[in-house]
Amino acid sequence: MGILEVKNVGKRFGGLKALSDVNLSVKEGSVHAIIGPNGAGKSTLLNCLVGKLIPDTGSVSFEGQSVLGRKPHEINQMGISRVFQTPEIFGDLTVMENMMIPCLAKRDGAFSISAYGAMMDDREIVERAEHMLEDMRMIDKRHMHAASMSRGDKRRLEIAMCLAQEPRLLLLDEPTAGMARADTNNTIDLLKEIKSTRPITICIIEHDMHVVFSLAERITVLAQGTPLVEDTPDRIKGHPKVREAYLGESSGH
Amino acid sequence: MTDQTSNAGAVRPKPAAPAEKTGLFGLRGKDASLLVFVALLTLLAPFILNPFPTGSAMAQFNAGYPDLMQRFVIFGIFAIGFNILFGLTGYLSFGHAAFLGVGSYAGIWSMKLLTLNVIPSIVVSVIVAGLFSLIVGWISLRRSGIYFSILTLAFAMMSYALAYSVLTPITGGETGLQLQYFDPRILDGELAAGTTPRANLFGLEMGTSYELRFGSWLFTFNAGYYIAAACMLAAFYLAIRIFRSPFGMMLRAVKSNQQRLNYTGISPKPYTLAAFVISGMYAGLAGGLLVAMDTQVGAERMFWTASGEVVLMTILGGAGTLIGPVLGAGFIKYMENIVSTINKSTLEGWFAFMPDGLADFFVTIVYPFVGKGWHLTLGLLFMAVVIFLPGGLVQGGQKIATVLRRDRKGSGLEPGAAAKRKQAED
Repeated sequence: MGILEVKNVGKRFGGLKALSDVNLSVKEGSVHAIIGPNGAGKSTLLNCLVGKLIPDTGSVSFEGQSVLGRKPHEINQMGISRVFQTPEIFGDLTVMENMMIPCLAKRDGAFSISAYGAMMDDREIVERAEHMLEDMRMIDKRHMHAASMSRGDKRRLEIAMCLAQEPRLLLLDEPTAGMARADTNNTIDLLKEIKSTRPITICIIEHDMHVVFSLAERITVLAQGTPLVEDTPDRIKGHPKVREAYLGESSGH
Repeated sequence: MTDQTSNAGAVRPKPAAPAEKTGLFGLRGKDASLLVFVALLTLLAPFILNPFPTGSAMAQFNAGYPDLMQRFVIFGIFAIGFNILFGLTGYLSFGHAAFLGVGSYAGIWSMKLLTLNVIPSIVVSVIVAGLFSLIVGWISLRRSGIYFSILTLAFAMMSYALAYSVLTPITGGETGLQLQYFDPRILDGELAAGTTPRANLFGLEMGTSYELRFGSWLFTFNAGYYIAAACMLAAFYLAIRIFRSPFGMMLRAVKSNQQRLNYTGISPKPYTLAAFVISGMYAGLAGGLLVAMDTQVGAERMFWTASGEVVLMTILGGAGTLIGPVLGAGFIKYMENIVSTINKSTLEGWFAFMPDGLADFFVTIVYPFVGKGWHLTLGLLFMAVVIFLPGGLVQGGQKIATVLRRDRKGSGLEPGAAAKRKQAED
């Protein structure tokens, strides 16, 4: 039984069958990649996991608890954090403030009206945020406006914000899309480092095969809304069905 | 003329003292000095706003009379509260005048039914406006952006129309509500027939003024003004605390990126609703104070132009800044009450030194911008501010400060010393 269990999930948008009969089991502590050509339903699947979409059929459970019908912030509080394709951070706030918000969310929950006391006087939160920034080697950027950072730094900050909540499952939606090679490699190194230092499960949706094969321990290939195969990277590489789905080649080629 | 009011006027240098690094009421450096600055401004307003001797040609620019000073601080409160919603969360309400109006009606009913003392009346205003804003906010916050603005506008216009027609038994309809000597005030003794009821604070009437004559200057210290000013200082202090608190940071996060906030395990809805109710209560406080000062209410207080005015005040002063809304409110109320009183004969007086034809020409040019045309001046100024200073008057002040600092640095002989001085300032 994996940390994340997806059973028979289906989702339709009008006449379009985006997902049908998706079964997926993500093993605790692993790095699991979901790949597939454009329009395979990868993002739809991810949105079903985090509560942005509700599947028409099937079930999604995290650590044995169903996530269906819960709002995104409730699912997040269960221990699932999400990194977006384009970094979603608080652009108007400083890096330090960006970092303090997940720390507060972790401590005070979905809503707390503690208007008493200044934010910067909250030793516990300030220390935790600073510690996290040091960990991610961003402490020198703490006073910067988050919107003014480079794309790579925004990505790094977003991942740091997710980690500050100490999630058990980290979902990444094409984290290197549109990045230069150097930034992509930095992100790969960062994710490797995170994996080696924390007891965390990572589920990654990716287009870039280089990223997938350098990180994933297990790969699910999605095509036209259904899982095609699930296997280790080595076996996926040579799998005829995968080549067919990706390159449109016939299996005999 | 009573002793209490003369005391209020005599307090001058005292409040400046406690602005130390350690913090004034838990505020740090810059915030503490800002609070002290605003406190000094409000306390000394009768002097500051009356720079010209009575009888001089410039006397009409004096704003130091009780009626106008009360409006400055009361609309300052209104704008401070509006800024907590709009400045922090970015939700633009176009119906805040409804809360001001509801607060006013609640306040006058407290004076009609309970007592002429202003404290219960203000408390009732704040509570009723808070409850009303809870209902309006709960419904309106289901949408964001322009739809939210339209919903709040609809609510405000509904309230206005209801107050004007169907709710006449409660609101007095077109005539509005005034205090009468025969109102059944259960906590007060009966008033003699024919007397005009006046709002008071434990016997101190709001209209009480102490006049200080100094040469040809006349300074007026008004009890009502100082009570309203005390409320504004409390409101301003609370706003600083909210801005600096974790709650305030969450509100700014709502404005910045709701998506990320949702996926950080935080629900934006209760935060925006809380901000909405807080700003509604600020509006209620302003409404209650208006009633305390002039003891009458009319439905026009809830008209959409009144809602628009507070938006103007906040944007003109600088949305999202602490002092901006106060400046904006003062600016607009000054224009409304001073520029609008300039008439043709005043203008003719100004240009009398010119040859006849030229004087007529200038009077014709300037006339549309003053008197009843003050809205035109305000409109042009507002456009100029929005285009050139999107951060409002506060940004203008900052720009001037930067230029001055650069000048000083440029004139200094050693660049190192200037840098050090700048560090010390920061």
